[in-house]
Amino acid sequence: MAKKLSKVPVVIVGMGWAGGIIASELTKAGIKVVGLERGKERDMSDYSMVHDELRFQHREELMQDLSKETITHRNNLKMRALPMRSYGTFIVGEGLGGAGSHWNGQTYRFLPYDFEIRSLTEKRYGKNKIKSDYPIQDWGITYDDMEPYYDTFEKMAGISGETVELYGKRSNPYPTGPMIKTPVLAEFEQAAKKLGYKPYMIPSANLSENYKNPDGISRSACQYCAYCENFGCEYGAKADPVVTVIPVAKETGNLDLRTYSNVTRIVNDGRKATGVIYVDTFTGEEFEQPAEVVVLASYVFNNVRLLLNSKLGTPYDPKTKNGVIGKNYCYQVSSGYSSLYYNDREFNIYGGAGALGIEIPDFAGDNFDHSDVNFLHGAGIRTTQYGNRPIANNNSPIGTPSWGAEFKKQSIKYANSILQVKSQGASMPHTQNYLDLDPTYKDVYGMPLMRMTYDYTAQDRELVKYMAKVTRSIAKKMGPDHIDTVAEQGDFNVNTDTNTHNTGGVIMGTDPNDSAVNTYLQMWDAENVFVAGSSAFPHNSSFNPTGTLGAFSYRAAEGIVKYLKKGGSLV
Amino acid sequence: MSDNEKSQIEKRGSTRRTFLKNSGLAVGGLILGGAVGSIFDGNSDSDVKTEQKNQTQGNNPNEALMFFYPEEYQTTAAAAERIFPKDETGPGALELNAAIYIDHQLNSGWGVNEKDYKLGPYYKPEPTQGEQVKLYRKDLFRLGLKELNAYSNKNYQKKFTDLDATGQDEVLAAFEKGEASSLSGVSSSAFFQLLRTLTIEGVYADPLYGGNKEMLGWQMRKYPGSRMGYTKEIQSKDFVKLDPNSLQSHMKH
Repeated sequence: MAKKLSKVPVVIVGMGWAGGIIASELTKAGIKVVGLERGKERDMSDYSMVHDELRFQHREELMQDLSKETITHRNNLKMRALPMRSYGTFIVGEGLGGAGSHWNGQTYRFLPYDFEIRSLTEKRYGKNKIKSDYPIQDWGITYDDMEPYYDTFEKMAGISGETVELYGKRSNPYPTGPMIKTPVLAEFEQAAKKLGYKPYMIPSANLSENYKNPDGISRSACQYCAYCENFGCEYGAKADPVVTVIPVAKETGNLDLRTYSNVTRIVNDGRKATGVIYVDTFTGEEFEQPAEVVVLASYVFNNVRLLLNSKLGTPYDPKTKNGVIGKNYCYQVSSGYSSLYYNDREFNIYGGAGALGIEIPDFAGDNFDHSDVNFLHGAGIRTTQYGNRPIANNNSPIGTPSWGAEFKKQSIKYANSILQVKSQGASMPHTQNYLDLDPTYKDVYGMPLMRMTYDYTAQDRELVKYMAKVTRSIAKKMGPDHIDTVAEQGDFNVNTDTNTHNTGGVIMGTDPNDSAVNTYLQMWDAENVFVAGSSAFPHNSSFNPTGTLGAFSYRAAEGIVKYLKKGGSLV
Repeated sequence: MSDNEKSQIEKRGSTRRTFLKNSGLAVGGLILGGAVGSIFDGNSDSDVKTEQKNQTQGNNPNEALMFFYPEEYQTTAAAAERIFPKDETGPGALELNAAIYIDHQLNSGWGVNEKDYKLGPYYKPEPTQGEQVKLYRKDLFRLGLKELNAYSNKNYQKKFTDLDATGQDEVLAAFEKGEASSLSGVSSSAFFQLLRTLTIEGVYADPLYGGNKEMLGWQMRKYPGSRMGYTKEIQSKDFVKLDPNSLQSHMKH
C-alpha cells in the first residue's frame, strides 16, 4: 500500500521547462508546490566535466534510462509494435531540468498561421485543400493572444535574436542581440540574399551577451564551446530550468522538490484527480501525494501514458476517430538537405553553439503560395554551426564506404571542410498516427509502455522533396566543390531518425470532442488536472518547440492560479 | 602542454612498445598489411631502458586488459585497424589504442546493456524498428571475434590475424553484409556495426577512456578536443589550428 502523505495545493509531475516555469510562477505567487522528478538533482557545477562527447552524447548521460521505461513503435496498425531498446532517435531527458538541460537552445515562436491553420488555409485555398484524413485544427487561441506569454518566456530565458518581418508581430525586441554571425553563416547569408530570401539569425537561448532577467537571475555570455545538444552548459549561458526558473522557485521556500520520485498513476474518479502515486526509485517504496491540482509536465510520451494508465480522458481510436488522448501525435521532417564539400577551404567548425545558425523565413508556414503543391505549411531552411564533434561527425560524399582506408581518408579530409544547408519541416497530424498503451510491453513498475503508431505521410514526403530543392539551390550559390542532396523521405525508422521534437497526444482546442485540454492546458474531463508541454500542440510547426512550450507554460501557470481561487472551467 | 605532461606521454609511447613485445601481441596480419608501422620500429636500446623504468614506475596502467583474453585483443586490434587503417594522414586504430578502448567499454555497464530496455518478448523486427537483440554487447562481441576466426579458417584456411589486409577486408565485408554464420541468432552484421562504432569511438573519444592515444586521433583531423570556448576562433575567416586538450585539463577548474 502506498504511504499517504499530507495534502498540498499543487503537485507537479516532471521538473523540466514546463514544470519548472509553473513551479516558479506558482511559488512566487505564494502557493505551496511539490515538484516530483524521477531523475537526479542537478546544478551548474555538475556540468564541469561536460566536454565529453562519449559520455553525454553517445552514452546519453542526461537521458532517460531505457531499462526502466521506453516506448514501443510500429509504422502502421498492421504491424506489431516493438520496444525501442536503445537510443537511436528521440533522446528523452531525465533529471532536474529535463530536456531543458540537454537542448540546443533554438527558441522560436510559432507563426500566426500555426494557431489558426485550418481557418487560414481554407480561407486562402478553399475547403478542399485539407484532406479528410488530416485532422488539422485551429488551436483555439491566436498568436496575438499568445504574444505576451512568448515575451515573458523570452525575457526569463534572455533569448538572443533579431526581429523577422515575415513572422508574427513582436511587442518588444529580443532581450539580447543575435549571436555572432560567423564566416560560415555569412556564406549562407550571401547565397540566400542572392536568391532574394531574407536570412535571419536563429533565436538562441545561448546568451549572446551577459544578461540579468526579470527574476534577478544573472547569466554570462556563450563561449561557443560546441557542447550544447546532449550536454548541460558549464557557464549557465544556455537557458536551462536548472539555472533559471528552478532556483527562483527554491528561493521562495514554497517548493518541495523531490527527486528520484517516479509518478506511476494519477489518483482520480474520472471527473477529478485527488493526487498522484509515485515510487521512490531507489527503495521501490510507494507514496500517495494528495493535491488540489495535479500538473502533468513530463515529456510528451509520459504525459500521454500517465493519462492512459490512470484511465483519465477518452483514448483516441484510429478506427472510429473518436476519443482524444493520444490523438494528433506529430513529429518533424528533416530529411531534405544538402551537404557541401570544399576541397581547398577549412572552416572553424569545431567551435559553435547549439543555437548558432542562420535561416530563411521564406518557406515557413504559409509564407509562400501552396496552390500548386500537395502539402501545407513548410520548413525552415538553415545552416547551423553546433560544433562538429568527432565521433558524431564523419561526413564524406555519398558513395564513400563507411569504413576502411577510403572512409578514413575522406572523413578526415572533409572534417573541417563540410557545411550543410538543412531543412526542418512542419508535421501535420494524420488519423492513423497516434499514441496508445502497448498491449504487451511494460515498464519496471509493471505499467504498460506507450505505443507509438507513426509513419511519415504523403504530405511529409512532398514537403521534403520540395524543400530539398530549395536547400540545393542555396548550396549551389555557396559554391562548394561538391554537393550531395538528400531529397527522399524514407519510412519512419525508430532507430535512425534524429529529432526529439515530438508533439501532440493531449492537444488543446475549444471543443471537448476533438481536444483534451483548453488553452490554459486544463483538462476538459478533469478540471483540476493541467497537462503542460508540447503534448498540447494540435500539430507541429517547422520550428523547435521549446519557445511555444514555454509560452503555454506561463499561460497554464496563470490558469492554475485562477483555478485555485475560483475553481471550475477556465473558459 | 607542460614539460611534465610531455614526458608522461613519451613514457607512455615506450611503454606500449614494451607491452606489445613482452606480451607476444605482435599481430601477424598487420605486419603483412603494412599497417603496424612505427610501433615495432623502436630501437632496442630505448626499449631496454623503458623496460627497467617500467618495472619500477608502471606507466599508463590503462594499457592492460580487463575484458579480453590476449588472443581476443589481438583479433580486435587487427579488425579495428582495418576499420580505421594507418595511412599518410596518420596513425590507425591500432596505434591509437582503439582495442584498449573497446576492451574497457565492453567491461563497463554499457557492455551489459545497463540502460537498454531488456524485457521480453523478443521478436524479429521490421527494418524500421531497431535492433531486437537479447545478447549483451560484450557477449555478442566475443561471439563475433570467434566467428571472425571461424569464417577465416573456413574460407582462407587461416585465422583472421594471419590474413593479409585484403583478406581481412574481405572477411569484414562479408560480416558487414551478414554473410557469416549467425551469432547465437544475431546477424554478423550486428557484430560488424558494433565493431565499427566502437572503433570510431576508440579513435576519437577523450583519452580518458583508453583510446585516442596522446590525442593523435584528434590531431589528425585538427580537432582541438575540449577547450573552454572558441569565441575568437569562430570569427576568423582563416582556419585556426589549436593543439588539442583533453578533459584532464578541466580537472584544474
